[in-house]
Amino acid sequence: MQMRRAQRLIRSSSAAASFLLTSAMLVAQRPTPSTLAPASTPAHQIFDLSIFVIAITGGIFVVVGGLLAIALYRFRARKTDPAGEPAQIYGSTQIELAWTVIPILIVVVLFLATARIIFAIQDAPKPKSALDVTVIGHQFWWEFRYPKYGVVTANELHVPVSSGATPEATFLKLTSADVNHSFWIPQLAGKTDLIANHVNTMWMDPQKPGLYLGQCAQFCGSQHAMMLLRVYVDTPEQFNAWIKNQQQPAQQHPAVEAGRQVFERQACMNCHTVSGTAATGRFGPDLTHLMSRTTLASGATDNTPENLRQWIKSPDTFKHGALMPAMQLTDEQLDQVTAYLETLK
Amino acid sequence: MSLMPVSHPARTVEWHLPSKRRVGMTALIAGESAIFTIFVVAYVFYMGKSLTGPTPAQVLEVPILATICLLSSSLTIWRAEKAIEDDRMGSFTVWLGATIALAAVFLASTALEWKKLIYQDGLTVSTNLFGTTFYSLVGLHATHVVVGLFLLTSVFTFSLFGWVDSRQSERFGVIALYWHFVDAVWIVVFTVVYLIGR
Amino acid sequence: MSDYPLPVSHVIDQSTPASERSTLLEKLHGWVVTVDHKRLGILYILYSTFFLLVAGAEALMIRVQLAYPHAHVLSAQVYNRFFTMHGTTMVFLVGMPFLFGFANYIVPLQIGARDMAFPRLNAFSFWMTAFGGFLLYYSFLGGAGLYGVGNAPDVGWFAYAPLTSRSFSPGHATDYWALALIVSGFGTLGTAINIVATIISMRCKGMTLMRMPLFAWLLLVVSMLTLVTITPLTAAQFMLLIDRYLGGHFFDTQAGGSSLIWIHFFWIFGHPEVYVLVLPAFAIANEIIPVFCRKAIFGYPAMVAASVAIMFVSLSVWAHHMFTVGMTSVSNAFFTLSTMLVGVPTGIKIFNWIATLWGGRIRFTTPMLFCIGFLFQFLIAGLTGIMLSVSPWDWQLHNSYFVIAHFHYVLVGAIVFCIFAGIYYWYPKATGRLMNETLGKWHFWLFAIGFHITFDTMHFLGLMGMPRSIYTYQPDRGWNLLNLVVSIGGFIQGIAVLIFVYNFIVSYRRGAVAGDDPWDAWTLEWTTSSPPPVYNFEEEPEVHSRRPLWDLKHPDDPDWEYES
Repeated sequence: MQMRRAQRLIRSSSAAASFLLTSAMLVAQRPTPSTLAPASTPAHQIFDLSIFVIAITGGIFVVVGGLLAIALYRFRARKTDPAGEPAQIYGSTQIELAWTVIPILIVVVLFLATARIIFAIQDAPKPKSALDVTVIGHQFWWEFRYPKYGVVTANELHVPVSSGATPEATFLKLTSADVNHSFWIPQLAGKTDLIANHVNTMWMDPQKPGLYLGQCAQFCGSQHAMMLLRVYVDTPEQFNAWIKNQQQPAQQHPAVEAGRQVFERQACMNCHTVSGTAATGRFGPDLTHLMSRTTLASGATDNTPENLRQWIKSPDTFKHGALMPAMQLTDEQLDQVTAYLETLK
Repeated sequence: MSLMPVSHPARTVEWHLPSKRRVGMTALIAGESAIFTIFVVAYVFYMGKSLTGPTPAQVLEVPILATICLLSSSLTIWRAEKAIEDDRMGSFTVWLGATIALAAVFLASTALEWKKLIYQDGLTVSTNLFGTTFYSLVGLHATHVVVGLFLLTSVFTFSLFGWVDSRQSERFGVIALYWHFVDAVWIVVFTVVYLIGR
Repeated sequence: MSDYPLPVSHVIDQSTPASERSTLLEKLHGWVVTVDHKRLGILYILYSTFFLLVAGAEALMIRVQLAYPHAHVLSAQVYNRFFTMHGTTMVFLVGMPFLFGFANYIVPLQIGARDMAFPRLNAFSFWMTAFGGFLLYYSFLGGAGLYGVGNAPDVGWFAYAPLTSRSFSPGHATDYWALALIVSGFGTLGTAINIVATIISMRCKGMTLMRMPLFAWLLLVVSMLTLVTITPLTAAQFMLLIDRYLGGHFFDTQAGGSSLIWIHFFWIFGHPEVYVLVLPAFAIANEIIPVFCRKAIFGYPAMVAASVAIMFVSLSVWAHHMFTVGMTSVSNAFFTLSTMLVGVPTGIKIFNWIATLWGGRIRFTTPMLFCIGFLFQFLIAGLTGIMLSVSPWDWQLHNSYFVIAHFHYVLVGAIVFCIFAGIYYWYPKATGRLMNETLGKWHFWLFAIGFHITFDTMHFLGLMGMPRSIYTYQPDRGWNLLNLVVSIGGFIQGIAVLIFVYNFIVSYRRGAVAGDDPWDAWTLEWTTSSPPPVYNFEEEPEVHSRRPLWDLKHPDDPDWEYES
């Protein structure tokens, strides 16, 4: 009973706290990668737990810090002190026992509260209807695969919203093609590392549609800072439309045939895939639906024709150290290949 | 010192502290044990995980002779310790020489084993995980044997010149402690690599 | 008090006649070949102070780059080298040498010994550490090989594999990292062996282990911990070099190797390492706090027990740095529990310090001010550590600026504050002159204010989702203002440190003469002259309690009547 009342108290106070914080966030009406605005069950559970921990540690701080402050004030040396030294106190078994036992009890309480959430999040059973996504980390971009749909995309993840009527969890498998990375969208879940030769799992069930921001959270080399993440939480209609589009192979437009030739002859196809064409490279992101993305180079810049052309001309402009080489194309080739890529919707 | 207040506790006339040399060597052994532990953990972690190449069962032969020699050398060095404590320097030289000989046999045996592994079985440190962890762990141990052999040979040479007697027994005891450590590590390495790992 | 049961070092005339005074070259030579623990201690401290300024400058460059989004002060590559070097330098070339320098100077004096157990090993260890440091910085010149422009290591101070493999880190930058730390690691190992042997085997008559000053006790614990802490890192670095140069596969994921094994080995070193750094800070506080509140330390046996407990428990918590790598829920729970438990003996120490202050007569000298800062800040650091031990919350906070805030609270707020306290406290003993109190107070207040501006703010950046190790950030994430505030605080700390360096240098000539015992303290080092003679004590002292000088000054009320 006590536990339930305590839990309810914590939930309501954390709800109040999160309401205040999220309303502060919503006033800004921008997506924000803050841990204080949870929008998915794991993030909520962590947030609630954190409020409990702050309450306990805050209490300890007030008591211990207060005693320290009082001691410093009360026992400062004064001119009116009597001569000689103050009474020498060498110890007190009762006091020392008390302040050993009480912290151990606090540890027990904290540990039990924590263990509950560890198991709730890590060992959560996977619902049959869950969406499966495989995330593969690369230097310095994200590969996303939807195995059941046969879709491969990059850098911008789309997942369906999980509302009360239709709960929809997304379960992710994470691994790396090279060095260690970490997938972190603070509003949706804690971070999980991507490690080569090793598959990690995590899940989320975002409860509000919208854009959620994050980025790589394990130092992975020179452009770690620009390995950004965008997660679009879609309504069921939006998600279905998006996934259907992603399943289509690239459309062939005769007007940009010259650009496609440049793409295939200038070694772009060695690294990139455009499904339905001869380009099946896997080192770089899949470009089949490049124009369905809002940004280029995992968030380094916005997806506009000018930026795309500049990126191809010299990736170092936006991301010095990215593994895409400058392909030394002529201006004409750049115009053509950009026009081609602009048709990959 | 006769001006102590009357009520003080009895002064400790006996004041014996452990030998600093033994403490120092024990501390070194503690640190070395940690290094060996990490290499053993890596070996155990990677057992059976090699993707290619020869496996331990295919290429490793249990080095019985080498092990007997090395472990016996702990006995011989113990006899040498006893000899130097009693100032029986002739006996000391003999036992120390025996220790060195046994250690030399161990190293020669390791060298022959490695020659076979490299040239006949094609196992090098870069072949696979087994190769990497095997040569690292056994090689680390062999390096410690070499260092120990150098120390022992130096003392042996000094004793041939007549420069060693019972006044150096504590120092020799510290070297012997190191040597016992090297043997103890071999017991662990032998068990992990040649018994469990095959 | 004309009959001392403790030896006095004034009797022998130590002044040298003019004809025998040495030239500058002879003086320098004396310092290079010295095996005297006091000189080596001073060399360690000068060495660390130099690298404190270097790594501090690296930090300020980092903060300039991060003061506003998309700054172009440092490129990504240079920034990554700077934060790698900042971390590596601060831990290995500042923290460890400072604390071993203090140990070198003070431990033999406090236990009534003539020198350390192995003076030549002592000298060898210092020069190995020094050489390791210079090797690390040589990478700026030689990092890309003979004909390339040099570059320093840029893999983060924990150098995760496989980022450090040949494929992802070509050139020699990573090799400089590994080799420099292996070399200085041998130095550290030598010093640890020396301290253990000295404390166990060279205490003066009557000084049982339970009568040693707590400084010596903590250094004994630290040295024992170091023996099994540094060595795993050395082992892992050998493995890395075997991978990079002999074709080994320890961390080669293509051959079935594992990145995780590096992470485990690194943190098996890395976590106890932070206790290696913080326990000597406790040691310093244990000496200074009692003296400036005029009371014996409260609960000496419990302080000893808590220190030993920390030594053991700290070996079992390492994977709290790895909560996000995908360990099982049971493993995560275990490491959560062990990490929370190590907070118990640590908390007990804080309570003991407060109880020592309670009922005392507190004098707010500069060393005491720094210790008070340490107490507040270590309390907060411990509490944010508890927050991070809650593994689900760590899944959010790991690798964010919250962690950076937490560990800087420990490293700067606790350890650097205690180092400063220790310098102000023992500088008079080593040089015979007091440091200037007014400048000291300016140093303290500016440093404390700058510290809080920077590191309090950082906690919020972490909560707001800013990860670490990034050379810049997007302007639309809400981090701009706080980053600017953090940077400003950094510069305030820099000014404070410059005031300190000025005080340190100028007081050597112009400081007030200190005498043997300027603070009215109670341990053996204060019975020698300032500076002590090269042989420390004329006769081996004999002690009967934990505070031999207290007994001397209070013959009517000596400590041995109260100690259990």
